[in-house]
Amino acid sequence: MDQFTLNLIFVGASFALYIGIAIWARAGSTSEFYAAGRGVHPVTNGMATAADWMSAASFISMAGLIAFTGYDNSTFLMGWTGGYVLLALLLAPYLRKFGKFTVPEFIGDRFYSPTARLVAVICLIVASVTYVIGQMTGVGVAFGRFLEVDNTTGLLIGACVVFAYAVFGGMKGVTYTQVAQYVVLITAYTIPAIFISLQLTGNPVPALGLFGEHTASGAPLLSKLDQIVTELGFNEYTAHHADTLNMVLFTLSLMIGTAGLPHVIMRFFTVPRVADARWSAGWALVFIALLYLTAPAVGAMARLNISEMMWPNGTQGEAVSVEQIENEERYAWMATWRKTGLLGWEDKNGDGKIQYYNDANPALAERAAASGWTGNELTNFNRDILVLANPEIANLPGWVIGLVAAGGLAAALSTAAGLLLAISSAVSHDLFKGQLTPNMSEKNELLTARVAMAVAIGVATYLGLNPPGFAAQTVALAFGLAAASIFPALMMGIFSKRVNNHGAVAGMLVGLTVTLVYIFLHKGWFFIPGTNTFTDADPLLLSIKSTSFGAIGAMLNFATAIAVSRVTAAPPQEIQDLVESVRVPRGAGAAAADH
Amino acid sequence: MSDKPEESGYWAANIRIVTWCLVIWAIVSFGFGILLRPLLSSIPVGGSDLGFWFAQQGSILVFLGLIFFYAWRMNKLDKEFGVDEQ
Repeated sequence: MDQFTLNLIFVGASFALYIGIAIWARAGSTSEFYAAGRGVHPVTNGMATAADWMSAASFISMAGLIAFTGYDNSTFLMGWTGGYVLLALLLAPYLRKFGKFTVPEFIGDRFYSPTARLVAVICLIVASVTYVIGQMTGVGVAFGRFLEVDNTTGLLIGACVVFAYAVFGGMKGVTYTQVAQYVVLITAYTIPAIFISLQLTGNPVPALGLFGEHTASGAPLLSKLDQIVTELGFNEYTAHHADTLNMVLFTLSLMIGTAGLPHVIMRFFTVPRVADARWSAGWALVFIALLYLTAPAVGAMARLNISEMMWPNGTQGEAVSVEQIENEERYAWMATWRKTGLLGWEDKNGDGKIQYYNDANPALAERAAASGWTGNELTNFNRDILVLANPEIANLPGWVIGLVAAGGLAAALSTAAGLLLAISSAVSHDLFKGQLTPNMSEKNELLTARVAMAVAIGVATYLGLNPPGFAAQTVALAFGLAAASIFPALMMGIFSKRVNNHGAVAGMLVGLTVTLVYIFLHKGWFFIPGTNTFTDADPLLLSIKSTSFGAIGAMLNFATAIAVSRVTAAPPQEIQDLVESVRVPRGAGAAAADH
Repeated sequence: MSDKPEESGYWAANIRIVTWCLVIWAIVSFGFGILLRPLLSSIPVGGSDLGFWFAQQGSILVFLGLIFFYAWRMNKLDKEFGVDEQ
C-alpha cells in the first residue's frame, strides 16, 4: 500500500469519527449549543480544552522553532502553559460562579454598561478571527500536502469539515469531537517521539530521553547536540543568546494571552460546579503538558538527526553527496518535501556534496575557504515541516506518517472550531440578543449563531486562500490583543470592587489601541507590506518586539482603568454585591441566559 | 458564618494563597527559567544545567503542581468557611 493511500485512510477514518460524534450529539436548546448543558466532567472538559488550545501552532510549528533555536525558544513552552496558572487562580472559578455563557456578558454585567459589552465583543472578534485565519491557512497546507491536492482545494475541504461539525453540533458536538481529536493528536505526536527517543537514547519516554545519554556516542544527548551544532557554526543549543527583556515580555504576553483568549475561557462555563472549574484547569494542563513535555525532546532529537544526516561521516568529515540524497532510501523524505517548496538545497560550489553550516559565522570562514565551500547549501528548511517530516526523517513505518497527518489536521481543525464557536456566540448572544434585538426568540438566536459561524468560516477561508503572508504574526497579534484587552478587564472585574464602567471601557480601549498601533508600526498598517516605520529587528521601544507588546498593553490597560476609576464615581451597591457573590462558590446554580 | 467573604476572612485567605502561588509561578519561569539561570548553571542536569531544565520542562511541572494544590486548598477553604456548594 502506498503512502498516499495510508494517509487517506488515517485522515478519512479520523474525520468520519469527528463527524459521527457531531451528528450523534446534535444540540437542541440554546443552553446546550453554547455550554453542552453544563454536564461536562472536569477530566472530559480538560481534554477538550487541551484539543481546543493546541492548534497547528503547537502541533506543527513549535517543535521546529525550538529545534532550530534551542533554549531561547523555551519562551513558547513556558508561555503557553504558564497561562493556565493565571486562568485557574484568577478567572475560572469566578466566571463559573457568575453563571453566564460568554465573556462579553460578564464584562457587560460587571461594568453595568452595554458599551463595555460592545467593546469586549469587538476585542473578542478581532482576536478570534485573526487566530482562525492562521488555522485555516494551516489546514490548507496540511490537506494540500497529505491529500496531494493544491492548497486551495485543501483549504475548501477543510472549511467544509469545520462548518459541518461546528455549525450543526454546537458545543456539545465540539466538546466530544474535541475529546476524540485530543486522543488522535496526542497519539500522533507521541508515537514517533517514542520511536526516535528509543533510537537515539534507548529511553522510551522522550521527555527523559532529552536529558539522557546519546547511545551512539555515550555522551549526554544535549552535550552531543551542542558539540555538533557549534562545530557547524550555529549557536550553542542550550545556551542563552536572545535579548533577556524581550524574552521575559514575550513569555508574559503568551501567558496573559492564554488566559484572555475567549475560546479557552468559555470552556470553564461548561463544568457543573465551581470546584470543578478549578480542577478543570489542572486537567487541561495535564493533557497539554503531555505534548509540551515531549515537544522539546522532538525538537532536539530532530535537530541532531538532521545534522547527522547532512554530515554522515561526522562534522569533520565529508558532507552528504547529492547522489546519496537522490538515491538512498533514507534521504527520500528530502525529495518529497522539496516538491512542496518548503525544503531546498543547491550545490553552489559544484563539488557534488551539500554542505550544511552557518555561513554567517566568521569562525567557519577558514575551514570554508580551505575546503572550497561557497556558502550553506541546505538553502531552505521551513520550520513548520519539521514535525510532519519527522517520522520520515527517522525512517519510521508508513502508518506512523499517516497518523501524524491525521494528528496535525486534528490540531488545526479543533482550534478553528472552538474559536468559531466563541465568535458565533459573541455575535448572536452579545451583539444581537444583548444589544440589537433583545426580544429575539431562542430559535432565532440559534439561527443567528449558525449564520455568524458560517460568515466567520467564509471570511477566514477567503483570507486563508490569499494568505497575507504573516501567519506567525497573526497568531502573535491574536495573543497580544487578548492579553491587552480581555484579561485585565476580567481580572479587575473580580479582584477590584472599585474599578467602574468608565475605567474598564477606557482600559480596554487603551490596551487594544496601543497594542494594535505598536504592531502596525512594526508590521505595516493593516499588514500592508512597506507601510511599517520600524522592524522587529530594531524596534521602537528598547528591544521589545511587536510580538511581545501584549504584556505592555495589558499593563497600560490596568493602569488606565485604575486611574480613570479613581476620579469617577464608585460602582453602585448592587454591582459591589455582585462582585461579593462571584467571590464565593456557594449558590452557584445552573447558568441562565439573560432573558 | 457571614455571607460577606470580606468580613469572614475567606477572601483575605484566598488572596494569600493566590499570592504565594503566583510568587512560585514567577520564580520558576521568569526566575529559574530566564533571569536566574546563571545562578543555576553550576548544577548539571543531563548534558545541560538546571536553568535549562526549568525553562524546558521544570516550570511546566511546577505549574501543574500549583493548579492542583490551589484546587485542593480552595475546596478545603470553602468548607472551612462554609461557602462551598452544597
